[in-house]
Amino acid sequence: MIGELEAKVPAGPLETKWSGYKDHARLVSPANRRKLEVIVVGSGLAGGSAAATLGEQGYHVKCFCFQDSPRRAHSIAAQGGINAAKNYQNDGDSVFRLFYDTIKGGDFRSREANVYRLAEVSNLIIDQCVEQGVPFAREYGGLLANRSFGGAQVSRTFYARGQTGQQLLLGAYQSLCRQIDVGTVKMYSRTEMLDVVLVEGHAKGIITRDLTSGEIEVHAADAVVLATGGYGNVFYLSTNARGSNVTATYRAYKKGALFGNPCFTQIHPTCIPVSGQHQSKLTLMSESLRNDGRVWVPKTKGEQRSPAAIPEAERDYYLERKYPSYGNLAPRDISSRSAKEACDEGRGVGPGGRGVYLDFADAIARLGEPTIRERYGNLFDIYEKITGEDAYQQPMRIYPAVHYTMGGLWVDYNLMSNVPGLHVIGEANFSDHGANRLGASALMQGLADGYFVLPYTLPTYLAGQIGKRPSIDHPAFREAETDVRARIAKMIEVNGTRTVDSFHRELGLLMWDRCGMARNTAGLREALGRIPALREEFWRNVRIPGHGAEYNQSLERAGRVADYLEFAELMCIDALERDESCGGHFREEHQTPEGEALRNDEKFAAVFAWEFQGNGTIEPPRLHREPLHFESVELTQRSYK
Amino acid sequence: MNFKLRVWRQEASEAKGRLVNYYATDVSPHTSFLEMLDIVNERLVEKGEDPIAFESDCREGICGTCSLTINGEAHGPDHPGAACQLYMRRFKDGATITVEPFRARPFRLVRDLVVSRSALDRIVQAGGFVSARSGSAPEANSIPVPKHDADLAMEAAACIGCGACAAACPNASAMLFTSAKVSHLALLPQGNAERTARVLRMVGQMDAEGFGNCTNTYECEAVCPAEISASFIAKLNREYALATLRKKSGM
Repeated sequence: MIGELEAKVPAGPLETKWSGYKDHARLVSPANRRKLEVIVVGSGLAGGSAAATLGEQGYHVKCFCFQDSPRRAHSIAAQGGINAAKNYQNDGDSVFRLFYDTIKGGDFRSREANVYRLAEVSNLIIDQCVEQGVPFAREYGGLLANRSFGGAQVSRTFYARGQTGQQLLLGAYQSLCRQIDVGTVKMYSRTEMLDVVLVEGHAKGIITRDLTSGEIEVHAADAVVLATGGYGNVFYLSTNARGSNVTATYRAYKKGALFGNPCFTQIHPTCIPVSGQHQSKLTLMSESLRNDGRVWVPKTKGEQRSPAAIPEAERDYYLERKYPSYGNLAPRDISSRSAKEACDEGRGVGPGGRGVYLDFADAIARLGEPTIRERYGNLFDIYEKITGEDAYQQPMRIYPAVHYTMGGLWVDYNLMSNVPGLHVIGEANFSDHGANRLGASALMQGLADGYFVLPYTLPTYLAGQIGKRPSIDHPAFREAETDVRARIAKMIEVNGTRTVDSFHRELGLLMWDRCGMARNTAGLREALGRIPALREEFWRNVRIPGHGAEYNQSLERAGRVADYLEFAELMCIDALERDESCGGHFREEHQTPEGEALRNDEKFAAVFAWEFQGNGTIEPPRLHREPLHFESVELTQRSYK
Repeated sequence: MNFKLRVWRQEASEAKGRLVNYYATDVSPHTSFLEMLDIVNERLVEKGEDPIAFESDCREGICGTCSLTINGEAHGPDHPGAACQLYMRRFKDGATITVEPFRARPFRLVRDLVVSRSALDRIVQAGGFVSARSGSAPEANSIPVPKHDADLAMEAAACIGCGACAAACPNASAMLFTSAKVSHLALLPQGNAERTARVLRMVGQMDAEGFGNCTNTYECEAVCPAEISASFIAKLNREYALATLRKKSGM
């Protein structure tokens, strides 16, 4: 039974909470660090940086990733940049401003103290990455360059071409490699975590499957850190990598960790539209395109003419019309919803009518093709590769796609879940982005957690754990291992007629339609009726060729899809319970007369943290609320008119 | 569109492999190459056969996971780009397409088209980093870096670590891969302190893994999805020669 949620935010003014915490936090002596083992699951920006830093501090670290190398974690695909409050542009930026923009962008659904700490350590991240050799863009004088990004009036984004995530991840990966070289970190690639092991209520180990041999293995440690990313692939189609999954966090949830705000997902407005039923993933086109492209759809429904044949007077530049001051640069959630609205009205373009034009004709006329090529050439090339269309000659077609999940396992100020010893960092936790994440903030949070927060907060737990690491012979390990083996065997034994992907695709479509960009009571209830039936069919009719003791990709996917089939229900329950609109969570019942998200701060200024009770509707999860108190900011209605 | 595929099938590392024929029918030209393989696999599973094992993750050319040799070319015909960025409209309707794994002696085959490239990780572990402990860094703007150097370092750092260079090279050389990391860090002041030790160790590890040497065939550059220039190999050779001299003279 879980009592009142205790966020453990230090007392005192916002500005000194973190420094005060560090001054008084419990430490572990170097001699004792050598006796402690930490498991880090995931090797992206959060996991890679945490594993490297903890190794540097002298702990024994075991780091796990399902990819064939830690360098391939999905952080690598982030394009745009990383925010920091350096104020190198002398344009009025400060830690407070970064904090404020982040909390406002999140539509006031994140914890003040965490977000302030994030803004505070942002500057250290840039220092650290530069020292590692991250080749950030520079000005001619040799100093670091910045660009501006959505939701801010200052230029605070550091970038490395359109490959910032790649370069930051390689920085963390190289630090990780250094620790592997000196022997403080042992790396387990192509190894998937399938369960977390609790001993006397504390997270003390994990069960893994070696994806090459199929062997089930048991690992004990003094603490477990999950850095396993987001769950955007519950929608099947998303900009996430194919392997990104909810399994680690969902398994932890089933062992008692609370899941925070699972319905908070971010839909990115500028992605290449779906082209056919066999499409396997969606590709993001950097938001920066909206600086020069104009978004439009035909004014009339069912328009059949080519875009060039549609005269100016018969086009609807809907973002410019609805948001005259921000125009094509309206925030992500608002742009996405407007595109959906236009398509729902039957004015969408391209196959299936699920697309809008992003037109560069005016920009090319104004600036010339060479300038546009210089600014966006690589993006136009990607577009051409995927669609076969030349965006210099005809408008791009874009449509929103799932991109990031703000929800995740609930953590306190120490980044520890309600399960002692189980820490959660990066996209896997629920914390800092509230109901909508600003651009260039995901990289910041992943690295903040891994380099500069967890290495201070984890010792406060470990200090009390010296000598308490259980042996893997403890019955809890045997029990968890038996469960994992039984589940795999059960899945293979089904030997039905449908492929794993066909279930995933059906679930994804349902979630996109009913729990996607816009949600309502009837749709969510319908989804809640259909998910259990699909899950039941999965366990009766899925076909997984081969066996468990080999390299078996169907089995890997089946395990992940089985978890999505349960997790999807939790998302819908959360979306139904949060009877307000905020950020990326748009409940159609709650909108302003202009169709904007309408918050209800009185009832919903809180984190919803769900406790597992039993599968789905048989025993619905139990809701815990962490009320959000705002002492330093005033809650306002976002307006981008 | 319709295609005849000749696909390398091999159950495990030690098993004997062979090319097996499959037919991909009724494929949209807008399907990616990997999605075409997905379709073939769905049909195989429905028929009760083992699907073709192949790896991919981001499917947008940045993670470096996909590792297919298509019609004898690492990543296939659409350069520069990874196999995941290849679309079926690039092929003629009715074409026969041969699909094999990345082949290089240090890449152990896992299954079918999946190989292990941990040898590349071990090369980076042998010094492919700057020893900068978290929290120890000076203020980021305290060391200006000329834009030209930073841009060139970025060009080298863009390597996605896929291993196509070694798979395409007749000598299975990983010199393009190694030179990219050596150059990236040698071009920046932050990488300078460990410059000598780094290049010696990384090259030593590269040799120990069983990668061959460069004989200037430029196949690596031709297939590199990140367009890493072979001129970095020249830089690697220079760095290595200087480091050897420095070491000999005890500098």
